[in-house]
Amino acid sequence: MDSAGYSRFGRPPTAITSAKIVIAGGFGVGKTTLVGSVSEIEPLTTEAVMTAAGAGIDDSSKVPGKGTTTVAMDFGRITMAQDLVLYLFGTPGQTRFWFMWDELIRGAVGAVVLVDTRRVTDSFAPIDFFESRRLPYLVAVNCFDGAPRYAAEEVREALAIAPEVPLMLCDARQRESCKSVLITLVEHAIQSLRLEMARSTRGGSPVMR
Amino acid sequence: MEAGQDPRGALVRPYAVTRGRTEPQRDIALEAILLCTGRGQQEARFAGRDKHVIASICDGRAQSLAEIAAYTRLPLGVARVLVADMVAEGLLALHEVMGFEDADGRMEVLERVLSGLRRL
Repeated sequence: MDSAGYSRFGRPPTAITSAKIVIAGGFGVGKTTLVGSVSEIEPLTTEAVMTAAGAGIDDSSKVPGKGTTTVAMDFGRITMAQDLVLYLFGTPGQTRFWFMWDELIRGAVGAVVLVDTRRVTDSFAPIDFFESRRLPYLVAVNCFDGAPRYAAEEVREALAIAPEVPLMLCDARQRESCKSVLITLVEHAIQSLRLEMARSTRGGSPVMR
Repeated sequence: MEAGQDPRGALVRPYAVTRGRTEPQRDIALEAILLCTGRGQQEARFAGRDKHVIASICDGRAQSLAEIAAYTRLPLGVARVLVADMVAEGLLALHEVMGFEDADGRMEVLERVLSGLRRL
């Protein structure tokens, strides 16, 4: 019955897989610029309604009503094949909306933490969050015109991130630059998954960290 | 800013279109793909304005829950309730998201995403 819906398009109802990558970082660091540089569509915005107290969305006793607010997320899309779509989601600017972040990272390939060297501390919260959730992530320093340039190692030290976390310089306005950030992230996610699989086949004994 | 002062106004009663229901029949990931079914093409117009619009958005085009929410300008939670209803009613087909359970399946998706990015 349902398959009739596909006959019009001359193909069987094959499963379409979707994956997502999360783009995090402080306000104004260039998350939406990065998404727009590689997305095939103009970045879209989706909004979640929540209580100002952060008690969670979809609480019928509080929505709609006083003290509700909205959290906006920008996202883009890359159709990789007829049966594979990649989405890029920018995190909401305010890190107090943690519940939204949990939904965002659920099932994600990994995350990019975009850093502005003028406001390095803005990236502490996302880095802590991804580490606590064991989500593979990398740090990409967005090289703004006029922002102080630091050597990658200086930034790594300032952020206190582990040596296995990739750190790279990028220009969020440049498509090629953003592409290589995403490629490096997925390679890192594959590497992390390999380690995880190796660990589990060895009966859960811890391997190197 | 209080919600009542929101100039967009539409947020004052976001759950009116779901008749106050805030829990979806099933959980649907932000990035989960939906496609209009044959039944959806024929019957969604009788299911109310919002569902009809959603069916048109997904007619012949693979669209995620996030895209549906963005194009309809419905808050995510509202779009999720409506979409879950439409899946239960056979108006939309829900497709897979990258799984957690199976590491081999996950690896396969990661590798396909990687080669897709390299081809860009």
